[in-house]
Formats: sequence, C-alpha cells, structure tokens
Amino acid sequence: MILLSDLATPIVMGILLGGLYAVIALGLSLVFGVVKEINIAHGDLVILGSYFGYVAMTRFGIDPILSLVIGIPILFGIGFVIQKYLLNRAFRISTDATLIIAFGISIILESTYQFIWTPMSRGLTTPYALDSLSAGPIHVPLVYLLDFIAALVVMLFLREFLKRTYLGRAIMAAAQDRKAAHLMGINTDQVYAFTLGISAAFAAIAGVFLGLTFPFTPVSGMAFLIIALGVIVLGGLGSIVGTFVGAIVFGVVQTVSGHFFGVAAQMLAAYTMVLVVLAVIPRGIFGSR
Amino acid sequence: MPEQALLKVSNIDAFHGSFQALWDVSLSVKPGEIVAIIGANGSGKSTLLDTISGFVHPAKGSIEFEGNDISKVEPFNIVKLGISQTPEGRRIFPDLTVLENLIIGAYNRKARPERAQNLQRVYQLFPILEDRKAQLAKTLSGGEQQMLALGRGLMSNPKIMLLDEMSLGLAPMMVNELYKALREIRARGITILFVEQNVRRSLTEADRAYIMEAGRVVLSGNAAELREEEKVKKAYFGA
Repeated sequence: MILLSDLATPIVMGILLGGLYAVIALGLSLVFGVVKEINIAHGDLVILGSYFGYVAMTRFGIDPILSLVIGIPILFGIGFVIQKYLLNRAFRISTDATLIIAFGISIILESTYQFIWTPMSRGLTTPYALDSLSAGPIHVPLVYLLDFIAALVVMLFLREFLKRTYLGRAIMAAAQDRKAAHLMGINTDQVYAFTLGISAAFAAIAGVFLGLTFPFTPVSGMAFLIIALGVIVLGGLGSIVGTFVGAIVFGVVQTVSGHFFGVAAQMLAAYTMVLVVLAVIPRGIFGSR
Repeated sequence: MPEQALLKVSNIDAFHGSFQALWDVSLSVKPGEIVAIIGANGSGKSTLLDTISGFVHPAKGSIEFEGNDISKVEPFNIVKLGISQTPEGRRIFPDLTVLENLIIGAYNRKARPERAQNLQRVYQLFPILEDRKAQLAKTLSGGEQQMLALGRGLMSNPKIMLLDEMSLGLAPMMVNELYKALREIRARGITILFVEQNVRRSLTEADRAYIMEAGRVVLSGNAAELREEEKVKKAYFGA
C-alpha cells in the first residue's frame, strides 16, 4: 500500500510526460508514415519552437503558449519549404539522400541556434512554470498536465484532419499508394510538402511545451529526436494511436525507473525497455504491417 | 465525315530508363467506343496506358485528348481533363474505408461539386459497395475490390476510362458481372479503353481492338473482323 502511494506520483508524472513525448513524436511519425523519410532535423525544429517561445516571452512579453498563434504558421512554412525545395528533390536521387540532407539541415539549425542564442541553457520560465497540482498523494507540476492536454489536442486534431478534409485524405492516400494517388489527381510532392509543414507546426507546439517543462540548449534537439524515435518504434511505425501509447509507456518507464534507481538510470531503463519490446513484438505495440 | 477522335495517340516512342517499351505506336478512340488493347505480358500495353496517363512522357510522337496535346501533362493533372485509369492490381487504398476510397476518387476540383450525384450512380451500379461502405477496403474480396476501383474511377467524372487487366485473377462469374457493368458505364456515355490478356473475351466485348507485340501495334481493326483474322486465330486461339 505504501509502495503504491509512493508510485502514484511517478506513474502519473510518466503518463503526463508521455504527453510531451507524444507531441514531439507525432510530427516525426506522420512524416515517416506518409513520406517514408526519417526527418533527422525534427528535434531541431522542435527546439526552434522552443526558441521562438523564448523570444516571444523575453523580447515581447508574450506568453509562449499564446505565441503559438504566430509560431505555428512560421514553422509550417519552414517545414513546407524544406520538403518542397530540398527533400522532394533529394528523394528523386534516393531515400539515403533525404536522410543526408535532413542531417545537414539539423547541423545548420543547431549552429544557427549557437550563433544567435549562445550555448547557454534556456527555459520558458513563465509565472505558472513552477506551479504544481496535488490530488491525494499525487503531486505533479502544472506544466506536465499542460503537456498532456497539448498531446490530446494535437492527436485529435490530426485524426480529424486526416479523416475529414480533402487534404487529409490525400495525405492518407499518398501514404498508402503513391501511383494510385497520382491517378486520383493528387500531386504527391505537394502533399509531402504539406505533410512536413504540418509536422513542423506540431514541432512548434512541442517546442513550447518542451521549453516549459525542461531547460534546453542549441543541441537538445538530438536527445529528443532519439526519444521520439524510441517512441515511434515502440508504438508501431506510422500509427497515431501507437505513437501516443508508445510515448506514455516510454514516459512511465522513465519516471518509475527513475524513482527506483535514480535519475541517472532512467534513460538506460527506457531504451532497454524499447529493445526488449522490439525483441518480443518487432512490429511495435500497434504495428500492423 | 469521320467522327473526331476523343483520344488520339500518334507515332509514340516511350522508354523505361534505357529500355524502349513502345515503338511508333498509334491509336485512336472515338467518343462512346469500347476499344481493347490485346497482347501478351510485356508487349507494352500497360506502358501505353501509363503514357496516356502521364506517368511516362513519350520521347517521340504526340498524344491528343479532345484536340489538345497532353503528352507533357503530369499524371496528377491528367485526371482533371477527364481521363481516369484503373490500374493493374486495382491499387485501392487498403487502409481507407470503401466510402473514403470513393470520396478520394472525386479529389480533382472538377469532380468535387458532383460528388454526391456520382456516388449515387456508383452505388446503383455496384450496390455491394453501399452495403460495405464503412469497411476497410482491404477486407473486400478481389472482385469487390475491382468494383471499388471502377467506382473510384467513376467518381472522378471521367470522359474516358482506361482499364488495365480488369479481370485478372477473378472468377468467371465475377468477370461477367464486371463486363456487364462496363456496358452500363458505356451506356452512360463514358468511353472505354481497356487492356486484356484474354483475347477471346476482349474481342467479344470491344467494338475495335489493337493487338500489340513487343512494344508495337501489329494489327488493329473491328473486333468482329479480328476474330476471323487468320493471324489472330493462329496466334491466340491455337486454331
């Protein structure tokens, strides 16, 4: 009983933290499922979102969450342009070429952040960043709950968007059969550009919530990219619900193992769990193919 | 005065990389016709359809649709003009529902306003699709998937439908049903150009036919006459 109430806080924290991972991973998962490319620069786009929130807050005194009204369209535009003018062209050479180009974008973005914002660690320290919520034995920071709400919003938006709009259906069609999509009159290059745009818009959201939750530096993107990769292979490649569940499992394993073995061990435990799950169910929890 | 051709392919060469798949191919289809392209595997039939659909651009020659040159138009812009292809292997979207597949068929802007009306027509033609509209397309039988592929093509509001190996791998009863549907589609004023390996069947269903061998049109004409042609009998009916 004592153990259970002890564990309640880490479990709830893990679930909520999983929400943040889900927002980061959903954009990566969408691009992987549709365009079949691993956008190595996704983590850096997330950090761009964090810096955008940082500038909005420190320069203009705008709440970072509120600043997303501008941040989302800007990141969307950046994602769209990257796919349209770089990755679509690289794709015509080979899929390896897209990987290398994305890696190049990642390096350029990180160097740019170093140049503009210095390697110093930053955080989005809003007035509510340190607030916490208590329910019985459970105490969690408010921002963790916000992370989870953001994940639910992003996931529901994505699901409805894919199901109800012509563009969403075109994205699904292009993901399943490129040639057949062409035969329906779908310009798949255009659809891929929109897909990376949407993924980058999610990165804007993820970046702000990441910045509210953790401090970040110009090179933080890679660490979160790797977490997101773990999450999407865990959940099953290309599945929205799978990504969400994978993120929560990852978050819970991380916080619970941190509770037992200390913070230093939590990432080791989480990645070991990813390997074990893949050894037992290679397709991931929700993988279909 | 001969009626003007809806689709006119003139002397085209087409390549897959360095391999020449079509040699000086010409073909024309008049409005309201059913025309067959017959030939063995690898004779260039599918490449010909893909060249009309814009996936392969001809290296030589021209393709005209309603009098306009379309030989350089991209595939995703071809369907807007009124040319719909139902590809070999059906290529329905497996993880979309039957209804979603049909709706995506009406993706091009010209077809969108007539979506509801076209959907009713498709359901009239293939009532089974309405019964199964909420199912994932991959759960349909092969014949039902072919019906879905045809229905999806009809949703684009085509003037001409290009059908690649519609009856491949299907039971004879299902094939009969599909050809019956084809005649109804034609009766609605839609022109049909289809590719088949089954020579006997093609020459029964089509008004005219083109016979291809190794990337060339070797024979063409009225289907009834081709049935009696010695060369055709020898090569395809073993008589």
